[in-house]
Amino acid sequence: MSAGEPLLDARGVALIRGGRLLFDALDMCISPGDGIQLTGPNGSGKTSLLRLFAGLLQPSAGTVSSASIALADEHSALDRELPLGRALAFWGQDRLDVAITAFGLEPLSEVPVRLLSAGQIKRAALARTMATGTMLWLLDEPHNGLDREAVKLLDAAIAAQRGAGGAVIVATHLALAGEWRRVELGQ
Amino acid sequence: MIGALIRRDVRRGLAGPAWLPIAFFEVVAALLPFAIGPDARLLAAIAPGALWIAALTAALLPVERLIEPDRADGILDQLFLRGIAEESVAAAKIAAHWLTLAPLLLLAAVIASPLLALAGAPLVRTELALAVGTPALAALAVAVAALTAGLPRAGALAGLLLLPLAVPLLIFGAAASQGRSGALLLEAAVSLLLTAGSPFVAGAAIRASRT
Repeated sequence: MSAGEPLLDARGVALIRGGRLLFDALDMCISPGDGIQLTGPNGSGKTSLLRLFAGLLQPSAGTVSSASIALADEHSALDRELPLGRALAFWGQDRLDVAITAFGLEPLSEVPVRLLSAGQIKRAALARTMATGTMLWLLDEPHNGLDREAVKLLDAAIAAQRGAGGAVIVATHLALAGEWRRVELGQ
Repeated sequence: MIGALIRRDVRRGLAGPAWLPIAFFEVVAALLPFAIGPDARLLAAIAPGALWIAALTAALLPVERLIEPDRADGILDQLFLRGIAEESVAAAKIAAHWLTLAPLLLLAAVIASPLLALAGAPLVRTELALAVGTPALAALAVAVAALTAGLPRAGALAGLLLLPLAVPLLIFGAAASQGRSGALLLEAAVSLLLTAGSPFVAGAAIRASRT
């Protein structure tokens, strides 16, 4: 994908889940450097929209085209019995060291994933997302379980990603640092 | 990434669930002489068929561990986001399940053979037939694991789904173990069909299970 082209282009997207229309006629164009904050009441389809952008769900109508995408949702996708370092290494080594440092995970690399706290696992999942090196990150409630220090690390990682020509979509109700375009679902 | 996935699944299999089917297989073989009686000729006659039934049910035992944990942990989603087709994931899981199932099962059949008065040429034939049939057993187990992933009481449902599909394999496999002419070739054909088709069934099932 050359410079200037959008990282994600969604046109007229609708999604019906369990016989209920979550959203329709949704257009979204995401360019390098963008930050989108998805808000909306519980059950308004924020997670479903992120999974749809990731290609994990098919839209009921409309089209989505995108570059490669990284998704951090409620699932860690890390083997619970392995030490954190090895569990993360399964997903690729290339940029792993940078991502581990960015989320302050070096002291935990020998600790089995099953012994980590919820916040530590969230940081690990975010590091896994960062290590993919993809231009577009989809983050579903990334602040869940994070302490104040970790939120700062997350803000720094997001700022670096956007500064490097990437883009980030965050589904959250919390106030975010920096400039964000707000998209509200369920209106 | 596919190689890493196979290595990971083999490691996880050998760390626990792979040993359970083998123990189960040995238990069935050990119980048979008690149930049938100590007549060596009768035991030798029914041994191949009994070992096949034991192998079939043994392959089913880890079925809830094959796909569901990776679905629930989001690993299948992340593999998709890395651009790996669901069919490739399923093929990798079949290869890993076969690697943890087949060698142990063949070894277990040798260990069980004295209990069933199975020796010499019949033992070799049974081993050969099991070796030819195990890829299909592994492939069927992964396919039904994908079809039932996320459902309540998936294990029981998987058994009901798998058994009719495995009947041709059982017929030709048991016949090949008894040295019927041509049975081994027919077993190989059935095994090839099931092994080649299962990744597509499992891949489609993984896609359909996404919510």
